[in-house]
Amino acid sequence: MTSESGADSEAKQPRENKETEKEKGKAKAAAAAEPASPQNQPEQFPAAAGHSTPARKEQEQQEVDQVSHRSSISRLSRSPLKGVKKTKIMECKVALLDGSDFTLNLEKRARGHVLFDKICEHLNLLEKDYFGITCRDVENQKNWIDPGKELKKQIRTGPWNFAFNVKFYPPDPAQLTEDITRYYLCLQLRDDVVSGRLPCSFATHTVLGSYAVQSELGDYDPEELGSDYISELRFAPNQTKELEEKVMELHKTYKGMTPAEAEIHFLENAKKLSMYGVDLHHAKDSEGVEIMLGVCSSGLLIYRDRLRINRFAWPKILKISYKRNNFYIKIRPGEFEQFESTIGFKLPNHRAAKRLWKVCVEHHTFFRLVSPESQPKKFLSLGSKFRYSGRTQAQSRRASSMINRLAPLVERSSSKRYNMSLSLDGAPIAENHETPMKDSAAAGAAKILTKGDLITTVTTEKKAEEEKAEQEDAPTDAAETQEPTTPLRHDTKTDSEQTDFAFDGEMTATESDADDDSEMRTQDTSPPEEMLKHQTNISELKRSFLETGESSPGLTEWEKRLSSSPAHSPRGDEAPMIEPLELQDTKDEPPASEETKEEVEPKTTKAAEYLVKYVGDSVATDLASSSGLHGISPSTTMDDDVFMDGTLREVDEVAEREEIKVSPGAVRQEVYQAISDKKGTLIILKEADDKVDAEGKETGAAGEEEEPALRGEAEGGENEAVMGVEIWSPKMEANGVTQIKGTDSPKKAMASWISEVVKTEATEVVGASTKASDAPQPGEEVQTEQSKSGPSQITPPESSTTSLAVSTLGWVPSSEKGPPEPEEKVVVATETEAAPAESTGPTGCDVVEVGTKEVPVVHTETKTITYESAEVETNGDVDPGVLLSAQTITSETTSTTTTTHITKTVKGGISETRIEKRIVITGDTDIDHDQALAQAIKEAKEQHPDMSVTKVVVHKETEITPEEGED
Amino acid sequence: MAGLMSGFGHYTHAVVRGIPASLAKEALRSCQAEVDLAEARREHEEYVEVLGTRLGLEVVELPADESLPDCVFVEDAAVVCGDTALITRPGAESRRRETETMKSALKELNLNIVEMTDEKATLDGGDVLFTGREFFVGLSKRTNQRGAEILADAFKDYAVSTVPVLEGLHLKSFCSMGGPGLIVIGSSEPAQKALKIMQQMSDHRYDKLTVPDDLAANCIYMNLPNKGHVLLHPTAEQYPESAKEDCRGNHAGCSGLMLKSLGF
Repeated sequence: MTSESGADSEAKQPRENKETEKEKGKAKAAAAAEPASPQNQPEQFPAAAGHSTPARKEQEQQEVDQVSHRSSISRLSRSPLKGVKKTKIMECKVALLDGSDFTLNLEKRARGHVLFDKICEHLNLLEKDYFGITCRDVENQKNWIDPGKELKKQIRTGPWNFAFNVKFYPPDPAQLTEDITRYYLCLQLRDDVVSGRLPCSFATHTVLGSYAVQSELGDYDPEELGSDYISELRFAPNQTKELEEKVMELHKTYKGMTPAEAEIHFLENAKKLSMYGVDLHHAKDSEGVEIMLGVCSSGLLIYRDRLRINRFAWPKILKISYKRNNFYIKIRPGEFEQFESTIGFKLPNHRAAKRLWKVCVEHHTFFRLVSPESQPKKFLSLGSKFRYSGRTQAQSRRASSMINRLAPLVERSSSKRYNMSLSLDGAPIAENHETPMKDSAAAGAAKILTKGDLITTVTTEKKAEEEKAEQEDAPTDAAETQEPTTPLRHDTKTDSEQTDFAFDGEMTATESDADDDSEMRTQDTSPPEEMLKHQTNISELKRSFLETGESSPGLTEWEKRLSSSPAHSPRGDEAPMIEPLELQDTKDEPPASEETKEEVEPKTTKAAEYLVKYVGDSVATDLASSSGLHGISPSTTMDDDVFMDGTLREVDEVAEREEIKVSPGAVRQEVYQAISDKKGTLIILKEADDKVDAEGKETGAAGEEEEPALRGEAEGGENEAVMGVEIWSPKMEANGVTQIKGTDSPKKAMASWISEVVKTEATEVVGASTKASDAPQPGEEVQTEQSKSGPSQITPPESSTTSLAVSTLGWVPSSEKGPPEPEEKVVVATETEAAPAESTGPTGCDVVEVGTKEVPVVHTETKTITYESAEVETNGDVDPGVLLSAQTITSETTSTTTTTHITKTVKGGISETRIEKRIVITGDTDIDHDQALAQAIKEAKEQHPDMSVTKVVVHKETEITPEEGED
Repeated sequence: MAGLMSGFGHYTHAVVRGIPASLAKEALRSCQAEVDLAEARREHEEYVEVLGTRLGLEVVELPADESLPDCVFVEDAAVVCGDTALITRPGAESRRRETETMKSALKELNLNIVEMTDEKATLDGGDVLFTGREFFVGLSKRTNQRGAEILADAFKDYAVSTVPVLEGLHLKSFCSMGGPGLIVIGSSEPAQKALKIMQQMSDHRYDKLTVPDDLAANCIYMNLPNKGHVLLHPTAEQYPESAKEDCRGNHAGCSGLMLKSLGF
């Protein structure tokens, strides 16, 4: 590529050639994807697609932006014809603590530590272990850059803008070796104070402010400073004249105090503040009460409003984990308690949960351990590989004691000056999650001025857009690329963002993207027993996870039922707590299918077994513990568990895990999970390769799920969100509990995750991808989905559609495994619109048909999630039973339309009442669909207390702003 | 220059309030023992004497108000820390007006007055334990979550943790500070439980001094400019007799509101 040569010239790094080659592959893949994919339509991407290449494209675009002349070239490079890519140089802008920006160029593939080291060098900072680099994500949340990973994988979109921040606040700053380190810590704290993240009293504001002034301006000198000098500085979120006067008063008394001394005084006061170094995260407790989780050097603090309501010191915490948007801590039994307990919190979304989890892992390691835990080496391990890899505080102290340079001259730059007119000033509190706890009204006012000078942030909007673009790209790739380069492959190369993500596993089980599903249907085979079992296990996991979500004290009705009903665990051995999903699920639920596939291969199977076992153990343990929290622990296994103290009670578990890691199969599993979580499609493909049978079933399942949504949309015309809640006959057991959880913005996130996974295990993935490529269907699937979504899009301009179908089968308990049950059929009949999940084969066909029809451009993201109770539908074929009555009721509110179908049937002497609710929530993205869904389910439960919810299908469709012609 | 949050600072003033005659009949009680008004007044005088003469504090004596039978228990009406005084909203409706006089008295002392105006909030100072590094607020019959939140808002520098008080009137009915980092705690089960909670919630380490009787745990610790650390506590001889006193909840701690100056 001639054009690229230009780029090369720019590149400073020597490695270009090597990289070029590597890039070739990418380029090809990208190229392949491109023709079909609407690149230009940044926003149209369905989440599902997102996995493959989005990040990469984004980056390229960025590059274009930043390196102006390259822009045309970069596009060319994507074209299949040109295989060569060269190293690119990215411009990084880092907001430093003094408010200035530091701009530097880095090789595009540079890892985080390269940037970090350069910044520290620039700052002349040696004690750098307390610091880190942050980057705003789409939600404008700060995320810490992992030094060990490539930057480009950690920046999903947008320009390469970073901020340099204190990551670990030393509890005793006096122990820092160098003044310059304290200087930067002071700057951070000043920002913390002004932004409101570090609340303090008026008196403390004056004291801190006065030392800050002394540090920055030196002695009070009326002639030089004038009388108004203080108004230009910021000390508090709501700075008053009174405060300024007091600060000045104090400042006058500091004559002769050096800046370094002033900073020490500043820190000595700041460190005593109760919120010093506390990293706050919004969350909800098990009862849905808004709380804040604060991570600090000593442990985890729980706040409600401004009050501390609990505290878990690191030694008290046995395990930290997260799944989906849930965050769990396992607590060491207290003096009077016999058992461990696990406490779950709900974070706003998956990312937030992961962010919190990582911060916890890092803080624990940094402050509590002598040396970091070794990173799980096997690259195919279950659970996140993420560990804190830097030095611990202990190590850092040791290292800094070796510093023997002369104290460097600290160039203290002046902080931002404010005009008087700005004096209203706002605390630059950018992010929701980071915002301090509820503050007085004043604080609220301050927040309005978020974009204060103090904090330089990347503009969020842009990022968001970009992300969307990425997402779009991804799907396209999957759908269209049928060539040797399968979507999977693309992913592998393109975004392998963060390995850890892979393990969010939970999602996997439950989520399936519409796109993927369609393909799966094609193949019908009955899964081998093993597979089934495996599936069950998985579903158990899933279940347990779900249960746990609400865990502890405030068990929801569902949860209670679940946990109480013994029937659930068909296989005695397995954890009683967790109610296994029946085989049926396999068909219906995509997740199961994934796992099944894994089993196909010997290695995989092994892994699967392990999992199961593990789960079982943990479950047992949990059960033992009296607290209602049981469910939680088991689920953790699959995902990223961190055993904080290394005090696992059960050695076996550990062993198991390790083994799992070793086995390649495990890796696969991971991949699968990851994929499944994020994007159903990918998974499906793999599965197909491995086992046709499994796939078929799975596909069917997927198809089913999707269908409901589609139909719903079509019928409704409203199309936005379809929630179907089916409530089955009352007599049955409570098993079918499904929690519908927020699928906030999973799609976007998903894409990146998937990619990461892929990366890790490139080899395997590749293999998979190849297989996938063989399978002709993927493309079709995608289309199908889109077509489905099409109708919805047509409708209104609304941005997001969420459809939730909750179907509850209360029916007979006794013979779960028994012959096919009539119910299914019934369900089908009743559900017609909503979820034809059971009839795999047929459904699949339908879907296919739908798919075949080519609908004009659809700009929607479609996501379907199905939660089912185990018992619900074992077999596809069942007696329909005799229909006694059926009725349909429709009600509407502004944003929701609820359609209720009540069907009574008699099968084999048992009468069943099945209620299916479809709730369509239409509206802007602003609507909290999760909440709406939760509310809907709650209402459904309240209305039919004697029935249980057996199935919940969430179909979420997000309309993306229309763009250029699509496929 | 001492920091702002230097533990207890120095105690300079004490606020007390006279005992109204209505105390004997109308005061809120947790048990129905006879109150010997004369004896109570005698004890109170002694108490004021100790504060002013022996300890050298500047004692602000507020007049008793017959319409406020419980007004002698001044600690419930305000929480003072640093240069800020939070005027409470007592949980017992009959005591709400006690804060009026208190407010004006504290204003005179040049404290920053923060008032608890939220009608959903209740807080008795007796539920507020300040350890020098943080606050514990007992959630009791008299104090609710909202009250604690307002307190936390008034004293932003400090962690404010809530502790359920399941038995007894106030958190400080069974505990108090016996010195910097020393919690005096009763030996009853609720008291010990509360202590456990406090220990778990705190980033700081406290020593504990367990006393056999919960009520004996009610002390006043002071850091006096000239005399150093002083602990005002019921004497051993006094204690057995204090049964009466217990019933009216009139122990030393409740009737003294200590003020300390800032370190700077």
